[in-house]
Amino acid sequence: MDPTIILAAGVSSGTVLLFAAVGEILAERAGVLNLGVEGMMLIGAVAAFGTAVATGNPWLGLVVGTLAGGLLALLHAVITISFQAEQVVSGLALTFLGTGLARVAGEDLSKAGAIALLPTATIPGLSAIPVLGPILFTGQSILVYVGFAVVPVTWWWIARTRPGLHLRAIGESPTAADTLGVAVYRLRYAYVVVGGLFAGLAGATITLAISPGWFGDLTTSGQGWIAVALVIFAQWSPIRAALGAYAFAAIRRMLLDIQGPEQLFGVRNPFYYDHTLTFFLEMLPYLLIIAVLVAVSGEAMRKRIGAPAALGVPYVRGERGQ
Amino acid sequence: MTAGVPAGSPARAGRSLPWTVRLERRLEVPRWLPFATTLGAVAVALLLSGLVLWVAGGDPIAIFGHILRSSFGSLGVLSDTLVKATPLILTGLACALAFRMRLWNIGAEGQFLMGAWGASAIVLFPVVPDGTPAIVTIPLMMAAGMAAGALYGAIPGVLRAVRGVNEIIVTLMLNYVAALWIAFWVFGPWSEGGFQLSRAFPPEAWLPRLSDAADVVPALSGLTVHLGLAFGLVAAVLVHFLLFRSRRGYEIRLIGDSPRAARYAGVNVARTTVIVFAMSGALAGLAGMSEVAGVVHRLQQAISPGYGFTAIIVAYIAKLHPYGVVVAAIAFGALILAGREIQPSGIPAMIQGIILFSLIASEALLRYRIRVVRRVA
Repeated sequence: MDPTIILAAGVSSGTVLLFAAVGEILAERAGVLNLGVEGMMLIGAVAAFGTAVATGNPWLGLVVGTLAGGLLALLHAVITISFQAEQVVSGLALTFLGTGLARVAGEDLSKAGAIALLPTATIPGLSAIPVLGPILFTGQSILVYVGFAVVPVTWWWIARTRPGLHLRAIGESPTAADTLGVAVYRLRYAYVVVGGLFAGLAGATITLAISPGWFGDLTTSGQGWIAVALVIFAQWSPIRAALGAYAFAAIRRMLLDIQGPEQLFGVRNPFYYDHTLTFFLEMLPYLLIIAVLVAVSGEAMRKRIGAPAALGVPYVRGERGQ
Repeated sequence: MTAGVPAGSPARAGRSLPWTVRLERRLEVPRWLPFATTLGAVAVALLLSGLVLWVAGGDPIAIFGHILRSSFGSLGVLSDTLVKATPLILTGLACALAFRMRLWNIGAEGQFLMGAWGASAIVLFPVVPDGTPAIVTIPLMMAAGMAAGALYGAIPGVLRAVRGVNEIIVTLMLNYVAALWIAFWVFGPWSEGGFQLSRAFPPEAWLPRLSDAADVVPALSGLTVHLGLAFGLVAAVLVHFLLFRSRRGYEIRLIGDSPRAARYAGVNVARTTVIVFAMSGALAGLAGMSEVAGVVHRLQQAISPGYGFTAIIVAYIAKLHPYGVVVAAIAFGALILAGREIQPSGIPAMIQGIILFSLIASEALLRYRIRVVRRVA
């Protein structure tokens, strides 16, 4: 139970949640709810791993996995933006389809041996910073550093740029945005696909860096859904999403480590002696998500901030709407 | 972009063609159209699935033939199909009821598991000793299963009604919690000899099967259909009555169509949210009870191949209509039954996803009329 190891592991595996959550934030800011994150992550994970196994090149795998997630998101975009279908149902369909396709495509991959992984790196200088150095900058996968960069860039894009203003406009009031000449349909397409690219990247991050290999649905084991919950917790802010992702992953790792020692804080560790009790430990992350949502919902009500106003509402030009 | 021509106007597309395709919003939907588009969507989905299978190197005709033969080919397999359809009818009704109010209960899987747990508790705690006649045991198990499912379903209902918490996430997270809860009981207190399953229920806790009457009617021997199917059919009638013949059902549909109008009309949306979630959970819980008492006869981890998730598609394909749920559940029961033998194992899930996609895409056809219009020069 070394806090440095737990936090470093949190940053490492939290990067998966970070990518998925940031992608979903971009899509939802544009007004399109995409509940297919789990499906897109699985497709990204299997495409990345399959490509890496076939070619021996993890970088190619990263590209293919990312694109695969974007491709699946394009389907969601067509159905929800052009056909104006119910976004919740389309997202669920995307998860079914992605899970099924990934299982079909990954049929032979669970037997694949070790592959070349994406490199890890220790940043000279920064890794020497006390406390933070060993957690953030020592021996982390290259993708963890990509995650560090993605967060401020998306924040800046959403909050400080003109295209970001358009993004917020089409999610809050597409009619007004359209009147001002913002290409609502085209931008919504773009952000849904970008969201899918991020989800694909998140999946690829699992299979090529964080916990390599293909284990069917268990590869993601519900992280896509956790990312969707994180977006609500983060109130559609990439920075809060990143903190939430790291914290959540660290807590998950800590719960795993609790089962190890015979003594816990000087007393007999019940989880070491009775293994069936660990099922309750495993419930905690899911209960934590619910608890956090309950807390945040109250906060959102007080501050009167929350979801983009047009989230989940298809935009139809010329009809009364938001 | 040419000045003066608004983006998206017909004039921009296909300059050289003498006609153009236009989408016009329908003011009225003909009665036959929803059925036609649903059938058409399923047909298109099967074609697409076949295409994917063919690309993946399989023989689609052989696979579909296999699915049909091994689910409807004989009285015996038809009975097995109905056994798989039984939990889908009940969980499908659970989803249809909640979705009608636009409450996204994605938690039928967890409520199913809790229902199975509640029903098992009657026998395994035990609440009633072994040898208690079935006429007492079975109704108690039904009540416990429905109560467990209803309470578990009420959690997201209350959170949504009181705090406005997103019910999709809560129900999904509770699915994981329910699976771990079952795991705890079958690994721990109820484990039989260290195995990951409980002891078998006494025969008094088994739902009667058609084959039980084989002494009298020999033709019934080997037929696995159990009383749970009757639960499903009765529940479909009750949900239909509730939705379309009762005041509460009118309120549910009103909230689903227009929450604001419902509020103006004085409907207590929060209370209805909790009630509908609890009823939805009770239906899913009954499905869990029917599965442990009718099929598995013990509690173990793998009692559901994702019934609660397939139920979402079942409800949707039925256009949230209770009787449609029965029909759709039988079709998906067949897919699950045949799907167990199909390799790779992801094919049924993939087909389910494709069907759901083509269904929602087909709804655009309901809302819009596609017209080919001659271009005016």
